[in-house]
Amino acid sequence: MPAAKAPTSLRRLFDEIGTVDHVGIEERVAKYTTRSIKKKSKVFGLRLAVTMVDLTTLEGKDTPGKVASLCQKALTPHDVGDIPSTAAVCVYPAMVKHAKKHVGGTKVKIASVATAFPSGQAPLKTRLAEVHAAVNDGADEIDMVINRGAFLAGEFGRMQDEIAAVVDACGKATLKVILEVSELETYDNIRAASFLAMRVIRPNDFIKTSTGKTSSNATLGNNQVMLEAIRDHFLTTGVPIAMKPAGGIRTAKQALHFLTAVKETLGDEWLNNRRYRFGASALLNDLVRQLEKERTGTYQAPWNFSDATEGY
Amino acid sequence: MAKKLTQPTRELVFGDLWEFDPAPESADPKLKKRYDLFINGSFVAPHSGKYFSTINPANETKIADIALADTQDVDSACAAAQRAFVSTWGRMPGKERGKYLYRIARLLQDRAREFAVAETMDGGKPIKESRDFDVPMAAAHFFYHAGWADKLEFLAPGRQIAPHGVVGQVIPWNFPLLMLAWKIAPAIAAGNCVVLKPAETTSITALKFGEICQEAGLPNGVVNIVSGAGETGAAVINHPLTTKVAFTGSTDVGKIIMRSLAGTEKKMTLELGGKAANIVFDDASLDQAVEGIVNGIFFNQGHVCCAGSRLLVQESVAEQVLAKLKRRIAVLRVGDPMDKNTDLGAINSREQLTKITELVKTGVAEGAEMHQSACRLPTKGFYFKPTLFSGVSMSHRIAREEIFGPVLSILTFRTLEEAVEKANNTAFGLSAGVWTDKGSRILKMSTLLKAGVVWANTYNKFDPASPFGGYKESGFGREGGKQGLLDYLKLI
Repeated sequence: MPAAKAPTSLRRLFDEIGTVDHVGIEERVAKYTTRSIKKKSKVFGLRLAVTMVDLTTLEGKDTPGKVASLCQKALTPHDVGDIPSTAAVCVYPAMVKHAKKHVGGTKVKIASVATAFPSGQAPLKTRLAEVHAAVNDGADEIDMVINRGAFLAGEFGRMQDEIAAVVDACGKATLKVILEVSELETYDNIRAASFLAMRVIRPNDFIKTSTGKTSSNATLGNNQVMLEAIRDHFLTTGVPIAMKPAGGIRTAKQALHFLTAVKETLGDEWLNNRRYRFGASALLNDLVRQLEKERTGTYQAPWNFSDATEGY
Repeated sequence: MAKKLTQPTRELVFGDLWEFDPAPESADPKLKKRYDLFINGSFVAPHSGKYFSTINPANETKIADIALADTQDVDSACAAAQRAFVSTWGRMPGKERGKYLYRIARLLQDRAREFAVAETMDGGKPIKESRDFDVPMAAAHFFYHAGWADKLEFLAPGRQIAPHGVVGQVIPWNFPLLMLAWKIAPAIAAGNCVVLKPAETTSITALKFGEICQEAGLPNGVVNIVSGAGETGAAVINHPLTTKVAFTGSTDVGKIIMRSLAGTEKKMTLELGGKAANIVFDDASLDQAVEGIVNGIFFNQGHVCCAGSRLLVQESVAEQVLAKLKRRIAVLRVGDPMDKNTDLGAINSREQLTKITELVKTGVAEGAEMHQSACRLPTKGFYFKPTLFSGVSMSHRIAREEIFGPVLSILTFRTLEEAVEKANNTAFGLSAGVWTDKGSRILKMSTLLKAGVVWANTYNKFDPASPFGGYKESGFGREGGKQGLLDYLKLI
């Protein structure tokens, strides 16, 4: 017999948590894109989105210098206009100690991907060692990937045990569990994986859509599936889980659509950067550009906004 | 099935942390101060010289004066239609007729935003619905029927077909332009000429449609629009020249029409009221079912004849569905219909608001439990909060009568048989919805439900190619598709 909290089959899990209708949820999220957000509410939304950005660089060619530049951008997204700092910078474990030099002691947190990101295809021991290393170097937050192979093979117990092991390895660091939704294929699977993850993480830990390293990333559809899972989990257990869509959100307009989804699905208590984040890089400058447009009345040329990660 | 959830330990907060600023649609509806009758290709003053006001239900201000047609005006409209039928339209090759329909469709698209704003001002529906549904669907109906105009012979293989001649049509106020398109497009595609009476409270887009007919160069008299109240409608329907009548509206008026036409040779189609059952089984994807329920009853403030106004939900998930519904209506935005973020606009008229209010009072008096969202309503204009009734039984008035407003009656069932029994236990039979993960159950339900349209895992889906119409007191005849078009032709 399997462990009590891990159902043996998806079917049994769905009997418990319910399924997602693909057509219906896409119709629901299409309505978010027709919301028209103007004037003060637009400025509020854009500023809120800035404070939710996990400003990210995850490339083989990252250097301490590039990370320094990223940190500077996260602290001061723009030289004028009183733009708030972002929630965090997100880097590879080897870069954590460099980031620490620049944002340590500030409001900007250091997030590090770990657990053999993006594939997760390393022995558990190795993955946990990576988490320990990142935390010891000063990471405030760990972005892990789930074992998609185990999930798709129906080994839910193994998938959950591995997440639980990472929770232990995190210590005080916040955990973000990346489901890698594009590899889970269906909305049903995304819902199932969300629940399996949420049952073994702590209040205000995150579930996250994607690594940004596969063909499709965060969409309003998979964001909605996960928000609804968080809502149902919260209403039955009282445990609030945070959410982070990542990859593919490049424009301010998209960000406002995602925030509208949060507003109408989870409500006011999730409209802050402890409960909602954007994993993004290019998004930040578009947010800043739109805020400057609202402040000055005109759009400014792209070269008026400093590059965080693209200039190398 | 183990779907039992424990009582929520916490509730979500849908407050005003991030309130949206007003986002009014600013396109110009290009309204005139006074609208005359559209007869024989031009706008003419009514014979009696009488006009009535039409108001904006969102703020009770007057929009325009509308001509009141009397029997003489209806006479000249019918005569113009008859002349057009005999001299041009009835003998024009279908291929040529089709070109006019295509032109009308394209002109509607060109002026879509203008028509959407006019529709919202006159009727109170949210701009996002008139913009994204009413006007595009109206154009789609003209496009669809334009394609049929030269292919009519394939409608009834082996039979000869011919148009009726002059068709009298009376339409309701809930979808003024769209119902006009449903009526006029198939009628003129088939070669008939039309005298149409729009609803008293919503004449503007119909009369603006007269401008489109002029712009399209439609031969004079093919389409005639006579505005007015019930008497004008009766004159159209009972006029000796109208050989076929089509009516969409209330069951009461439908019955009067049937009585008045008994013994005549007139063909008729009626599309009347409904009290649709939306049936949710425990294996349905509940969040999407809730979305469909909301769409089914709150679309167009519930002023929809096929509105899913009775929710039948399987007992084991009833509590859960009600909780989800309450949470969903908490974020519905009720208010100024011209605001692009408004989900529920204004009730069409004071009269309708009074009717809804009265029926809701009966619901409370008969012991059903009422839940309304906490939204704030504008002080001027006609508005009603989205309303749910739980603990409704089949004998309650709110479970039997058509409310035609944003009011949902929730009943429960245990077995499929009970669901079918309850769903069919109504004088109406226009539409129904079924929500389940099980395909075979959908097929079974679709044959057991006595309703003209059965939607599965969705609601309020329309297409010009799909016939729409009812059973029992919901009327007869179909609109849309091959079947709808055939009602505008006689087999010889």
